[in-house]
Order: sequence, then structure tokens, then C-alpha cells
Amino acid sequence: MPRRTDIKKILVIGSGPIVIGQACEFDYSGTQACKVLKSEGFEVVLINSNPATIMTDPETADRTYIEPITPEIIEKIIERERPDCLLPTIGGQTALNVTTVLSDRGVLDKYGVELIGAKISAIKKAEDRKLFKEAMQRINMDLPVSGFAYDLKQSIEGVEKIGFPVIIRPSFTLGGAGSAVAYNIEEFRKMAQTALDSSMIGEILIEESIVGWKEYELEVMRDLNDNVVIICSIENFDPMGVHTGDSITVAPAQTLTDKEYQNMRDAAIKVIREIGVETGGSNIQFAINPENGRMVVIEMNPRVSRSSALASKATGFPIAKIAAKLAIGYSLDEIPNDITKKTPASFEPTIDYVVVKIPRFTFEKFPEANSALTTSMKSVGEVMSIGRTFKESLQKAIRGLEIKRHGLDREKIKDSLEEIKSKLTIPNCSRIFNIKYALQLGLTVDEVATLSKIDNWFIYQIKEIVDLENVLRKNRDKIKNSEFMKKLKQYGFSDSQIGQLANKTEKQIRALRIKSGVLPVYKSVDTCGAEFESYTPYYYSTYE
Amino acid sequence: MRAIIALEDGTIFRGNSFGAEGETSGEVVFNTSMMGYQEILTDPSYKGQLVTMTYPLIGNYGVNRKDFESRKLFVEGFIVKEYSKTASNWRSEKTLDELLKKYNIIGIESIDTRALTRHIRLAGAMKAVISTKTVNTKSLIEKAKYSPGLVGRDLVKDVTSKKIYEYPPSPLPLPQGERTKERGFNVIVMDFGVKYNILKCLSKLGCKITVVPAKTSADEILSMRPDGILLSNGPGDPAGVPYAVETVRKLLHRLPMFGICLGQQILGLALGGKTYKLKFGHHGGNHPVKDLKTNKVEITVQNHGFCVDIDSLNKEDIEITHINLNDRTLEGLRHKKLPVFSVQFHPEASPGPHDSLHLFENFIGMIRKSSS
Repeated sequence: MPRRTDIKKILVIGSGPIVIGQACEFDYSGTQACKVLKSEGFEVVLINSNPATIMTDPETADRTYIEPITPEIIEKIIERERPDCLLPTIGGQTALNVTTVLSDRGVLDKYGVELIGAKISAIKKAEDRKLFKEAMQRINMDLPVSGFAYDLKQSIEGVEKIGFPVIIRPSFTLGGAGSAVAYNIEEFRKMAQTALDSSMIGEILIEESIVGWKEYELEVMRDLNDNVVIICSIENFDPMGVHTGDSITVAPAQTLTDKEYQNMRDAAIKVIREIGVETGGSNIQFAINPENGRMVVIEMNPRVSRSSALASKATGFPIAKIAAKLAIGYSLDEIPNDITKKTPASFEPTIDYVVVKIPRFTFEKFPEANSALTTSMKSVGEVMSIGRTFKESLQKAIRGLEIKRHGLDREKIKDSLEEIKSKLTIPNCSRIFNIKYALQLGLTVDEVATLSKIDNWFIYQIKEIVDLENVLRKNRDKIKNSEFMKKLKQYGFSDSQIGQLANKTEKQIRALRIKSGVLPVYKSVDTCGAEFESYTPYYYSTYE
Repeated sequence: MRAIIALEDGTIFRGNSFGAEGETSGEVVFNTSMMGYQEILTDPSYKGQLVTMTYPLIGNYGVNRKDFESRKLFVEGFIVKEYSKTASNWRSEKTLDELLKKYNIIGIESIDTRALTRHIRLAGAMKAVISTKTVNTKSLIEKAKYSPGLVGRDLVKDVTSKKIYEYPPSPLPLPQGERTKERGFNVIVMDFGVKYNILKCLSKLGCKITVVPAKTSADEILSMRPDGILLSNGPGDPAGVPYAVETVRKLLHRLPMFGICLGQQILGLALGGKTYKLKFGHHGGNHPVKDLKTNKVEITVQNHGFCVDIDSLNKEDIEITHINLNDRTLEGLRHKKLPVFSVQFHPEASPGPHDSLHLFENFIGMIRKSSS
């Protein structure tokens, strides 16, 4: 299907101020989308209240309104500009929420503004937990046992049926705000009330706790021809119970067999069709019981999300840009893959590296905040790294956090083993370091996995880092062996970390390493695992 | 233990051994699937090949009894960046290393698999040797050069079943209420290296399946009075199995037929077409294929080094039904008068996306139509 010719002017809603849960990734996706629409010859009208974005640079849109993103203001803009269409799916939750209100108030109908990307029915089905649950039941998706409540009394009746622990999720909020895990009735009363208050429609979902299950996300794209492709799978290092935005996440999924992954892929395709997102990207989250493989669907974002930005950078597939093209009528096979130029966008990226994302916290700036991680997002940013092993990516990402660490550093352990054990059970921003301390102190992989509920495979990777450190600490001369030096680098150790372990300076290690010929190589991110030639200079360093 | 890969063009890669030790040769190919290594290792179509996984971490979820695609491992050797010494998945029964040792398959890790893949992409698939026995690269390069390769060779005889068998071995009692009103069709699967999931897909549709060795004659097949024939996937060059082409030619006007992968190539030759070797083949689970009738795109699973030449087909009799959107090669064909069709990709998936499973239903629909 070619580009639509029946529309001329498109209104785009940006995501507004940077808040926890909705940061600059939406500026990136919004800018991409505006550029596409403009280059396709459409007149682009943009509203975004945040002037400190790239998106609001004068050349991004034909007309930019730096105004509060409220239904009233947008109605005035619509009245004045008379756009043919509104693209609500690239401005995060803010844009979706305000679009829902505009539709409910009849503003879109009054001015004949068509929604492109996602229709209002799809937005409501994905966002309203009750409609979502009904939709999932229609397509026989397994869900956590749950019930809705509209006041405290109903909530308490509900929790008595389900049993503790339970998750409380308010409908229509931002960044998971207000959702929480309750372990007893006292906690529950307080949390349920907060959640009822924070929901835009005073509705909460009380849900069987699947805390500790494995958590996954799939980034899905669909076009008007009903072609569906999966852009990226993401596995959370931190199991269920920690908001995805606060979890360490890894792409692609590491511990699923093909049978399980395809089952998830089939489910994701069914979900996007049932919800009815016509074009563009969606993010669908799943949980898997590690004991028996039971898979449940958790939620769906019918829009470009924080994870889409990660998936775009992780795979080289420009989700926001393609989503904009799909919204104006193109089908996936009509859009070329920018990186290979010769192959179409209707394919599934394959990657030949491992991507690790680690959230960045600044609890020092929020002394009142409880630093335990829950289902409400608390991180203020994130880093992403690329390497050829998980160990390398993990250590690179830690270095990138700018928290004065060079990787999983060898540090003097201040806490007792008992204290560390208790820190493993409660998710927090320094759990990754406590895992290492526990292994250093002799806890086994299984023990750490049991305490933290983090998959054994991930813990084993950290154990391999600890083991290699121990080899070097026992025999510091090993750094003269170039094979050993190469192995250290493949495990992601920085020169300064190696120096620390071998009692040398970073400079000395660097000189020694260069002398022994252990040098980085640069590999490209090409969406296709080197199967086709790539034309985009997008590289990462690694050691081979 | 150290191990070496020596390519016939003199390129050398050094790594460490895992799985079995010794020496092995074959054609090096790369597979871009990020998951499904167990299905790949047990796919008979990989006979004669050394498989490089482009995804760097392999072995993470271990192996289990249910994910076998045939009776044993058929790859000649397995090349990875980093194999996982630990296996973590609720279905895992063994590690990858244990599996390779049990079936005496040589694995090599710590290889720059991206550099190897790039090399193959640019220079084409080529013969190679993996060895843990010697560091004499010169002799290994020579051995690679003189190894048999794939072209013109009959690898089917090494993987096909030795005798006729039925699938499922004992008829599974269908749950009550699910038994179809009509009788299940008798389908004969010509085993050129069939994957179990093809049999499972047919079985789920109520077929009674008889798997026959590749050299079974047309007369013998007809004497079993089947309702339809499935030409299975399999390894190597279709030109290496003229006997199969001959059998298919004799059956063409007699029975509904569905060809998969090597099955399509054999069918293509039987229909008077030509086949050729692709530069580095298609091996992976992300190939976009367009159905020319519906214009819809399916993400398909592919594993082939040879292909039917689109231009060699007689367009009066044969309709092109599917093409590959990456390189515009032939992915599917249909006879305009006879109940015969085929695809180059793997609708049975395993490993890979399930987008094309419906083709098995099309096959059953075709049998139904021609038997009524």
C-alpha cells in the first residue's frame, strides 16, 4: 500500500516535561517521527510543553506549539490548525492519555480528526485493565488471577479471594505510578487507597502475585496489511516485582528455548491483533514461571515506549521512524531497511552481540525515597552497552553508569554475609554488587539464585567473572600471558580493574596489553548478524 | 584444549574445543537464529555442514529430549563464540557439551564468528576442517580442499530412514470430540532427511503417516494407496539424488504432492527446471517471504544452499507463488493443472516463527479436493 494521499496535515503530540518513567527517549522517537512525516510531504503541527527538546527545534515541524499538553489547549490548536490526523503513539503515556480525553469529549469527532497509529478503541483496550483482561480472555491468554475494585471495601473482598502477596495496579497512570506489592492486610489497606487515588478513573486491579517469575518483553510492529514482525526480545535480569524501567535488562532473551520463545511470539502476535493496534510498534510484557514454564501476559503498551527506544538502539531497527511510515499507509515490505538498503523492513532483526541495559538511580538526591525497588519506577536514566559476551556487556554498562566504578570491581566487603544475604532478597539498586560479594564470600550460584530469584544463568556469568579475578589474584604474573589478557578483556575487565587486581597502574596495564597485541576490534550493529552488507557506521568495540 | 578451523582458501581461525575431540570436515555455513541450537544440531539437512551460529552465546538453556528434530545429530561440526558451561531452563536435561560428546560431534568456541560469517558472505560458503589433533595448518588446509563438499553429492542416503515406518508409532487416541468426521488421510512422507516437526504437523491434522526411505520406488509408493505425498527437506544438492527426481516425476500425475526445501528442489527438477548453488545459502529464522497471491509477508525459517532457478521453470504449467524479499529468489511454486505445490522454506519451523504453519492445512485441503 502506498503512502496515503487523502491527508495533508498531521498533529503530533510530544511527551512534555521529563519525569521519572518518561525521559528523553520520547524526544528521540518524536523527532524521528516528525522528520519522517515532513520528508513525506505532510504538514506537521507539533505540541510539546518542553522547549528543551530537539523535537521543539524550529525545523522539526512546520508549526510548533510550546504549550501545556492539556485537552483544552489541544482543542484550541485543533480548532485553529484543522489537522486531518492526530498521531498519538509517539509521545509516551502523556500523549495517549490526553488523546483519550480528547476522544471522550468528542473533540476529535467535532473537528473530523482521524487518529493514525492506534485508534481509540485499541488505546482503551490496552490501557484499561478491565478491557485488557477481557480481550486477553477472548484469545485464551493465560493471565494472573485478578479482580477489579473501585473502593477500599471491594479491594479487601478481592484480596481475601486471591491471597497474599498481591499486586495492586491502578488503571490509567504514568510509569506504573501507584502500583505496589502488598504482603499483608495492613500494607494492603494503605497501598490500595493510594492506588485508587492515583488512577484517573478510580479503578484498581488486584492481581495474583507473580513476583519472582521470569520477565520478558517483545517489541512488535504491525502494518495495515496485517504483517506482524518482532523487532526484539528482552529478558529482565531482575525477576517480576521490579518495574521494567528499574530492572537490568538483556537483549535478546537468553534462557528461553525456541519452543518457549515461539510460543511467546505467537502470543504477542495474537495480542496485537486482538487489541487492534493497526500500525506501528507495541511493547508486550510476559512472565514465565521458572518452575514449570507457565507463561502469562502482563501488559501491553500500544505505542512507542521506553523499551522501543532501547530495542531500536539494540538492534539498529528504527522503530519510531518505521512506526511513522506505517501510520501514513506504507506496509513493512515497502520500506527499505536503512542499514542494509537492499532488504526490506519486513523482517526480524537478528543480533550477534549481547545488549545490557542498567538503570541509573540517584537516591542521594531523593533522601526521602525508599531505595528498595518495586513496581513503581524510581530510576532517572539508563545506560546501554553492547558486547560479545554477557560478562563484557555487563561490565561495560556498569562503567557507563558514572558511579565511580570501573566494572564489577573487587572491593573490600563491609557487610557481613548475613547482611549481604538479606540485601539479595530485597531488590535494590546495588543488588548487582551484592551478588558479586556473595559469590566472593563463597555462596554458591544456586544459593544466590534462590535468594535473589535471579536466573542461575546470570548468576553463573558473574561467578565466571569472580573466578577469573581469583585466578589473577593468585598469580599476578598471568597478565604477561597474552591469551589470559585477552580473556580478561573478553570478560569485560577494564585496564584499571586489571591494574587493581594485579597491583599495577592502569597505564602499566594498558602498555603491557598493547605490547602483547591485545587490541580491541570494532564490530557493526547491522540488524542481520553480518548476513548482508551494512551502510550505517554504528559500531561497538570488543575483543576477539 | 585448543582447536583450529582451516578453510580451503587458507583462512585460519583458532579457538578452544568443546564437545567431542578429533577432526571433522564439511562446508562451513552460518545460521542467524538466536535460539534453537538443539533443533539445528538434530536437523538432517545439516549433514555435510559445519554450522556457525552468528548469535554469540550458545548452550544457555541446555538440551532436552523433546526438542530433537530427528534420531540423532547430523551436523559435522559446531562453531560458536562462547558456549555456556551452565544450562538454565526448566526443561533442560543436559548441557550442550554433554550432548555433543554423546553423539561425537566436534564443537569449537572462542571463534570470532562474526569475522567468519563476514568471510563466508564475501567469499561464499566453502569447505573447511575443524581439528583438535594437530596444529599443522598447512595439512589442514589441504584436507579442507580435498574434502568432498556438497556439490553433486548424495547425502540423502546417509540420513534417510533405513526402513518404512509409521508415525505416530502407535496411533495416539484423539481426545473425545476432537476426532474429525472424515477419516484421516494416508500421507506418505518421502524421507530425504525429514524433521520430526513435519510429521507432528501432519499428525495434528489427523493424517496417518507412512515414512518411506528416499529410494522407495514409485510403484511401491502407489501400491500403498496413499492420498497424498510429502517430499521432505533434506541435505545437500538435489542434483545428487537423480533417483528421487525420477520417482517424483513418475508420481506427478498420480497424487497430490507438497514439497518442502529439498523437496521443492527435487520437484523443480522433476518439473523440468534447473537448480543452482547459492553463494552462502539461507540459514536462519528471519527471512521475509511474500505470498504473491495475498501480498502478505511471512517471516520464514530457511535452511538451504541450493535453489530452483525461477527462469528455468515453464510458466505455462507452473505458477510462482512465493518469493524471498531479501534476494528475490524462488520460495514457492504451484502446478497450474496438477494438485502439486512446494515451498523452499520450512513451514514446520522448529526452530523459528510459526507464520507458515497454515501450509499444512492447504495440503490437506488439496488432498480433500482431489480425493472427492
